[in-house]
Amino acid sequence: MLRDAAAIAAAMIAVGASFGAIAIAYGLPTWVPFLMSTAVFAGGAQFLAVGLIAAGNPIAAVFAGLLLNARHLPFGLAVSATVGSRRRDRLIGSHLMTDEVVAFTLAEPDPVRRRRTYWLIGITLFTSWNTGTALGVWLGGATGDPATLGLDAAFPAGLIALILPSLRDRDTRLVALLGAAVAVALTAVLPAGLPVLCALLGLAAVFRPRRCPSHPPDTTGAPPPGAVQQEAETGAQRRGAAGRSAPAGRSAPAERSAAAERSAAAERSAAAERSAPAGRSAAAGRSAAAGREGERRAESEEASC
Amino acid sequence: MLIAAILTLAVGTYTMRLAGVLLRDRLELSDQLQRLLPMAAAALLAALAATATLMEGTAFAGIARPAGVAVGALLAWRRAPFVVVVLAAAATAALLRLAGVE
Repeated sequence: MLRDAAAIAAAMIAVGASFGAIAIAYGLPTWVPFLMSTAVFAGGAQFLAVGLIAAGNPIAAVFAGLLLNARHLPFGLAVSATVGSRRRDRLIGSHLMTDEVVAFTLAEPDPVRRRRTYWLIGITLFTSWNTGTALGVWLGGATGDPATLGLDAAFPAGLIALILPSLRDRDTRLVALLGAAVAVALTAVLPAGLPVLCALLGLAAVFRPRRCPSHPPDTTGAPPPGAVQQEAETGAQRRGAAGRSAPAGRSAPAERSAAAERSAAAERSAAAERSAPAGRSAAAGRSAAAGREGERRAESEEASC
Repeated sequence: MLIAAILTLAVGTYTMRLAGVLLRDRLELSDQLQRLLPMAAAALLAALAATATLMEGTAFAGIARPAGVAVGALLAWRRAPFVVVVLAAAATAALLRLAGVE
């Protein structure tokens, strides 16, 4: 567990540094990345918000950031019992909640160890993320023009690495690609910030008329052992990988005892979390009912054929 | 304005985190909403990545940046560690610019 924590700390310092450097490169005041990393403490939303603020649209930044962070609500339902029942634990523990913490926590079957994992990984991430931010602010200020270092390319590449795991789900991929195309097309005509929000129009893809699937949706097959192993190593470093890395290496009895310890609501979330690697995406795995929903949808798809 | 925006984002994010922890037994999100939230997140991030890759203001960003991002995306797809993805993208763009390709 300590080795996991060290590995993820190193990754977070690097990502945090790129965040700090990019914020400075955008010409924002030094206190902005610091305030964000301590008070917001959510990587994806911070990158998104800094980009939109720099583009001159702070309202879009708030709106998009909150929308992005709405996933913490189902996360909270899933880890509620783990955070603790004391008021102080809940108030502090909630702030430490991120994709990675939830992934590591749900991967741990034993309740006592799970609680320790939540707090250890949570505190480690908070520390390393802010250390990285400070490093990035310092580097960004010291190097002058970020373009000569290619920092402008580092940011979108990092984002792509974050969302790639969730794009393995067909519907999510469709929504994301459509949204990205809409945003790029509108960039030339709409004020800064709005094109990215217009990406939400991509959600229309989910409501398109259903066609017959060319092959049955894969909801049961487990990924090959190699894939699981690699996912366990690299997945946790990616913010988007919550659902995928969590279940790697879980045994059936462990799942049962873990499930017994949780309440009904959390259990549903965790069950969906566990079913995530069964050919579905991290994004689908994050939402409690996604698995059931997908199966139901698959059934209706077949019925309409 | 700037500090108000950041604090609003911070308070809103914390509220959603805490709400899940506190309301575990009382809160029921609809299946449809549970399914759409991660998709909305993916769409926003993909749009941000695409516009940041291809556009500079309202114009096309040139060659070096999209090329660097493409290298990073390829590595990410091959499941390279996050740090490698970010550094390779930056290095590619920087080297192309050093060679005179903008």
